[in-house]
Formats: sequence, C-alpha cells, structure tokens
Amino acid sequence: MAELTQTRVAQPTPSRLRFKWSTLFDHMVLIAGSLLMLMPLVYAFVTASYDPVTIHREGLALTFGDQLGTNFDKAMFEKGGFTKTVDGMVMLKNSFILGIGFAVGKIVISMMAAYAIVYFRLRFATFAFWIIFTTLLLPLEVRILPSYEAIQRLGLANTYTGLIVPLIASATGTFFFRQFFRAVPEELVEAARIDGAGPVKFFIDILVPLSRTMIAAIFIIMFVFGWNQYLWPTLITTDESLFTLVRGIKQIVLTYSDAAIPEHGQALALAIVAMVPPVLIVIFFQSWFVKGLTESDK
Amino acid sequence: MAQVLLEGIHKVYPNGFEAVQTCSFTIQDGEFVVLVGPSGCGKSTLLRMIAGLEEITEGTLSIGDRVVNDVDPADRNIAMVFQNYALYPHMTVAKNMGYGLKNRGISKAAIEAKVREAADMLNLSDYLDRRPSQLSGGQRQRVAMGRAIVRQPDLFLFDEPLSNLDAKLRNQMRIEVRALQRRLGTTAVYVTHDQVEAMTMADRIIVLNGGRIEQIGTPKEIYNTPASTFVASFMGAPPMNVLNATVSDQQVTLDAGLELPVSAPAASSGPILVGIRPEDLTLGEGTTPFDVQIVEELGAQRLLHGTLGGQAFSVNVNKDHEAGTGTIPVGINPGAVHFFSREDGFRI
Amino acid sequence: MKRAGFTNPWLPILLLVPQLSIIAVFFYWPAAWAIQSSFYLQDPFGFGSTYVGAENYTDIAESTEYRKVAWFTVYFTAIVTFLSLSIALLLAVKADNVLRGAKTYRTLLMWVYAIAPPVAGFLGIMFFDQSHGPLTRFFGFFGWDFKLGVDYFDTATAMIIVAVWKQIPVNFIFFLSGLQSIPRAVREAALIDNGSGFRRFWDVTFPLLAPTAFFLLIINITYAMFDTFGIIDTMMKGEPGANPMTLVYKVYIDGFRGNDLGGSSAQSVILMVLVLVLTIFQFRLIERRIHYT
Repeated sequence: MAELTQTRVAQPTPSRLRFKWSTLFDHMVLIAGSLLMLMPLVYAFVTASYDPVTIHREGLALTFGDQLGTNFDKAMFEKGGFTKTVDGMVMLKNSFILGIGFAVGKIVISMMAAYAIVYFRLRFATFAFWIIFTTLLLPLEVRILPSYEAIQRLGLANTYTGLIVPLIASATGTFFFRQFFRAVPEELVEAARIDGAGPVKFFIDILVPLSRTMIAAIFIIMFVFGWNQYLWPTLITTDESLFTLVRGIKQIVLTYSDAAIPEHGQALALAIVAMVPPVLIVIFFQSWFVKGLTESDK
Repeated sequence: MAQVLLEGIHKVYPNGFEAVQTCSFTIQDGEFVVLVGPSGCGKSTLLRMIAGLEEITEGTLSIGDRVVNDVDPADRNIAMVFQNYALYPHMTVAKNMGYGLKNRGISKAAIEAKVREAADMLNLSDYLDRRPSQLSGGQRQRVAMGRAIVRQPDLFLFDEPLSNLDAKLRNQMRIEVRALQRRLGTTAVYVTHDQVEAMTMADRIIVLNGGRIEQIGTPKEIYNTPASTFVASFMGAPPMNVLNATVSDQQVTLDAGLELPVSAPAASSGPILVGIRPEDLTLGEGTTPFDVQIVEELGAQRLLHGTLGGQAFSVNVNKDHEAGTGTIPVGINPGAVHFFSREDGFRI
Repeated sequence: MKRAGFTNPWLPILLLVPQLSIIAVFFYWPAAWAIQSSFYLQDPFGFGSTYVGAENYTDIAESTEYRKVAWFTVYFTAIVTFLSLSIALLLAVKADNVLRGAKTYRTLLMWVYAIAPPVAGFLGIMFFDQSHGPLTRFFGFFGWDFKLGVDYFDTATAMIIVAVWKQIPVNFIFFLSGLQSIPRAVREAALIDNGSGFRRFWDVTFPLLAPTAFFLLIINITYAMFDTFGIIDTMMKGEPGANPMTLVYKVYIDGFRGNDLGGSSAQSVILMVLVLVLTIFQFRLIERRIHYT
C-alpha cells in the first residue's frame, strides 16, 4: 500500500487529470440517461397546466401555464367516460382496490402455500410444488381468452373478485417465499419446537415477523404490478364504475381525442394521477423494492 | 434431573444411509457426557434423536423413567443450545429467553423473574432489551445458554455450541459452561468435534466414528488406554505416533528392520501397529535413532518432526531441550507403548 | 423441506387449498379449455361449435397475415431486447463507477419501472403527436415526415422507442445489483492485472455479469412479447387495421373483436408452447445461476 501511494504522489498531475475526465464523462452519460427518463413526465406535468385550446394549438409545453388546478379538478371530480358515470376519484379508488387487494391476496395465499411446502413433511409436497410452479410457465396474456371465458361462466365479470383473483393464480409469490423460507436457518424451527411452538405458533410468532422485509418488498412489487394491470381489467370490466386509472387510459385517449378540441389537459392530469402512487412507492421504498426484485429471482 | 437411557438405538435415513449403528449406553443423573468424533460420525444425529428432532429407527430412549420415543420435543423437558445459537432475530434477549416459558402458559411475572435470575447468572442483565443482532458472538452464546437455563430442564443438549466463537472466547466459555452445569447439576449431553473441548469438559467421553461407538470412558481412560488407533490419533494433539511393525517371540521389529527395545504382549505375533505418544519419549537417551527434519516452536514446548525407521514420527520435548535437526537417539518408555491389531485397529 | 418439519397431517393441506383451488379454476381449467376449443370452429352467433380437427392450426400456418405478425413480433422483440439491455448496461456501468450522486442517479433511472405500459403509450402518443409532438418535430428536422398510426414503419418505430424507454429501468436495476455484487477483491485483482478499463470490463466484469445478462435476456423477451400489450394497444389508438401488432395482440383481436374463438385459441396454444420452451430454458439458466453464486 505504501509503495502504491508513493507512486501516485510522484506523478500526480497526469493521473489525476485523466481520472477527472473519465468521471466527467460518466456523469454526462448518467445525466443524459436521467433526462431521457425524466423528460416525458416533465413535459406531461407542465403541459397539464394549460387549457385545451392552447394545448391543441401549441402541443407539449415546457413552461407552466395557469390551468393546472382546473385540469386536475376536472379530471378528478367531473363525471366523464361514455356514460358520464365515472370520475377520476372513482378510478383512483378502484386502482387502489386492485393494487392493494392483489398484493395482499397474493402475499397471504402464497405465504400459506410456501409454508406448507417448506415446513411440513408432506407426501405430495413435490407434486403440489409442480402443480403450483407450472403456472409460472404461462403468463395471463397467453391464456387471456379462456380465462375470460371462465370468469364469464362463473358470473364474475364486472366484480372486484373477477378482477383480482385470476391475477393471483400465478406462483411468483409462492416461489419468492419458498426461496426465502428455505434460506431461514433450520435450527430456528428446531429451537421453536423445543420451546413448545406448534406449526401455527411458529408461523405467527416467528416466521411472519422474520419475513417482514420480504413481505414489504413483495408488497411493493405486487402493488405496482396490480396497479399497472391493463389487459385483464380491460376485458373483465365493462362497467365504468369499476374502471381503474390504467384501464381508463385508453378510454381517456379515445374520448378526449374524439372531440373537436381534445381535452388533453385533463387526459394528462389523469395520466399523472395514474403514475404518481406507484412511482412514489417505488422511490420511497427503493431499497426494499430493489432487494425484493433482485433477490427473489434466484 | 434425570438419567438418560439408550437401548439398541439405531438410525437409518429413508435413503438407506445408516447414520448411527445400534448402540446402548446410560448417562447418569447430573453427568456431563461429550459425544466427540469427526464430521459425519453420527454424533449430531444421536443428539438430535435424544432431542426428538430426528425419529428413532429402532430402540428405546428414556429420559428419567419415561420412554420418550414418541414424545414431542417440547414435552421432553429438555433444552438445546445450537451451534449458530438459533436465537429469534426479531425478539429481544428477554423475549428470546422467555418464549419457551410463554408457550407453556407460565404467568408473565414468573417468566420475568426466571429470565432475570438467568440473566444475572450469565451477566446479561444489561442487555435484556437488546436484539440478538446488537450483541457480540459471546453474548449471543450466553443468551442461547440463558434460553436453556430458564426452562429448568431435565437435560441440556449442546450441539457444538462454541465452534462459532474465536479461540480465546471459546476457552473462556468452555470453563463457564462447565461451571454452570456443575452449579445447576443438570444432566448434559454435549456434541463437539474438538478433542480439547471433550477432554476438558467431560465427565465421560463417547468417541464416535462412522456411526459406531469406538469407546466410552473418562477423559483419562480415553487418553491413557485408547481402544483403537482411531481413538488414539483423534484424542490428543499432537496425535499419537502409529508405526507398522512385526512381532515374533515378543520382539517388536519396525517394517524397515529397526528393532524396538520393548516387548509385545504375549498373545501377539505377526504384523501389528505400535502406538507411542510424542510426550512419552526421552530425547538423547536410549539407542533408537530418530532422524529430525523439522522443529516447531510452540513456546512452552518444542515439537520435533522426522522419521523413525523410515516412518513419520514426532517427539514433544519441553522448551529447555535444545535438540535441532539431525539424528538423535531416543529412549522409549516401555510402559507407555500401545499395541493395536493391524487388521481392525483395535487394542491388543 | 426442512430436516425437522412438522408432521401435522391436515394443516398443510388446509394451507395449500386456497392456492391450489385458484390455480385449478383460473389456470388449469382455462388452459385445458383453450386446447380443446382450438380444435373446434365456433359459430360466430353462439350456436354451438363443430369439431374441425387441426384445421385452425393449418389455417394459421397458411395465413400470410399471421406470418406478418409473427415476423413483426420477432423484429420487435429482438430490437427492444437489444436496445434496452445495452442502454441499461451502459448506464449501470457508469452508475457503478461514480461515487458522487450514485443514489440520486439510481432513483432517477429506475422510477419509470412504476409506470404502466399503457400510460407510457399515452405519453408516446403525446410525443409523437402529428402536429405538435416534440419527437415528430425532432424527426421532421431531419426530413422524416413521421406519421404515427398511419405509416406502418413509423408506428413500429414509435412503439419500439416507448417499449425500450419503459424497459430500461428493470434492466438497469438488475445490472447495477449484479455489478455491485462482484466481490471487491476480484475488482482489485483485475485492477492490478490490467491497466485498461475497457479491457477490464470485457475480460473480468462482463463474464461475471453474464448470468445476470442471460437471465435478463429471457425477462426481456417475455416483456417484449407479452407485457408490451398496453403500449401497442394505446399507441394504435384502437385502429388495428394497418398497424403493426404482436402475436399476443392478435390473439386478443381475433378472439374479442373477430369472435374467432377457435383460431384465437389455437394461437393461444401456440404461444403457450413458445412460452413453455422459453421458461424451461430460463429454469435451466437459473439453475446455472445458482452454481455461479
């Protein structure tokens, strides 16, 4: 180490200079990347502050106008859509129901299943494992038509159940929790058994509190996933009072752009409302989110 | 307090692996028994069968005067200390220690009193509100001990509890654990692969090898009259020298032709193994030539490595002895020579 | 399974029932139904169906339109995967290099993950707006008269740009975490062995990142094929006519707009087989990944 430092001291100017240039270049690339990611939202937000006529005439803007409040107000509280029965607040509520309902349902069901598979001596554990994990093979998009058919026959179209439950029918959560449980030290369940904890007690007293970080991470990922669902809600909800924001986007695009002077300001305001909750969650719980995303795939 | 009785205990895993061969022994009330052996020798399986964490394939296990083969671990009134401590990471020290009592429906006040008492005993009183992650390795070890103590069990089970500690702390904890067990008078079964722990802590040692009991005895017996070459070389550091030799008319000749000045037991003849502990030799006396190649300075002692009659050999002398490399005559104490069968390694 | 698992006989079954029943109703039943109806011709007015054998499949094989959509899917998938992976890798390497502001950059480069594909598609529409879209103007500056929703090639380009933009964050997160998990000792050894940063990257860093890259490759292919549905659906503004679309989109169009249940089911089955192959491939890679780490 000492020798290394000495060499660096002996010829400081060239190495330090080169170092600086490459760092500057790194920063430039990163700033360009960040702008690429950020600009669309800035444009959308700023443009949402104009009245429809201005937007129609000028397009996207980069300096604020004075209609921001008006546009958000209209978007959130004025009944719109084809039947004029749905406003932004209803869609916002539905989005939260879908996001939270999906995340909670998924976590509860997959934790239970993973617990059964990992912690019990079960003759058909391997069989159950394969039954569950085959579902990883087929995303909903592939089996969209038959799933829709199934929901129709069960009479679950235009219900929250029909909206949420079929989305849960994939094993991603179970897979995450199975991996996590397997990494929990063996001795913990042994110590708990000697301490007199049965399967239910062990689950509630030890395993669930131990999984808190994992649960939080999965909740974030699943909430974003649920909130952003588009194809399934598009098929299963024709009743506008069940529209989510993301589901409503297309309607927004169609409705607002059909008018002589499209209500782009309102449309942008709604799009922003559709983006903000998941974005905020991802930003604020970043470390959990990244950990959950990158560790759960193993 | 209880004695533990194992009768014809046998363990075969579903995949056919025989982890523990049929064995029987009794652990007396208040005794400290150490199961020692290399990894995979079946010592942990044996302990886990006693704990009830592993099913017993065959045989009868009694703790006290109760057969416990089909009794749940929680109902055996035992306590176990694990190698990685297995503390509940989300609970405080006090909660960790009290969890077993809580599950038995003991009142809050009683739990608190017991936890306090155990914490006092283990110098943990200042740490009761901390989480395991905020403690040092030695403190975690103590919490694991505390969790075992508060239950006032009939039997302590230790599964290599000190092997995650550094050398200095391990020596200190060894003494503490032993003192604590004496004070409480609770029967204890202790699993380790460290022969020093076995020698220093045990009332009796059970040496296991390949799923089989090689020898049961006090540390002295094990060291002085090892039942086999396995025990002889496993127990003791540096290990016993074991040489290939042949006996005819009680005269012992090493395979290279060197005659040893000792007489073999009357019954033996033909090829045998001769065992001599490195400290049972006197350098500079006698007639047998020892070719020293390497000298290890251990501080209080010096360890000379080389060959005797062409076979690897070590001699342990104290620090004042000034021998260096080269050939030195070595004197053998005839009373300290062990003879083993060359066929199965057992003592003759 | 744990060494000392619980032996309770009915509790694990009780725990598995919710998951298994949801899977049975919403996964196995639909999948079986799809396979079955892919052999039938559905009456468009709902009056029964006729068994037609493999006719739905041969129709697909002979359809020039299906072939066009399939080729578009291949190009689209390849371009989106390549671009989003390489841009994300560049950004991740740079973000791993810098010390100052590393966290801020990470946040700025990952938040787009949370945006729904159709919302991204909507932003795309605004940006490629015929009269005022900043990107339309930008392309116009180079003499490219960009016509979103009218010109096949232009629409495809716009869809690709939006799909890449939306996918960069996921790749960035994985690459960055892959880079950060390379042991410091390995980096230091490379630093001593090799003076050139560029060579160091290709000789040491990239091979160590390869498992992550393989994994992401599959993820990206799946994304481009299925998850871009929302982008495509919004950006073609409800006029599938002459616009580019992916295979999944065609399943949807034929099944829900064209009411061709048999044909759509047969397409579903083909996609299922495709995904099956991809996933088996992915599982094998994950196994390898575990050996790496």
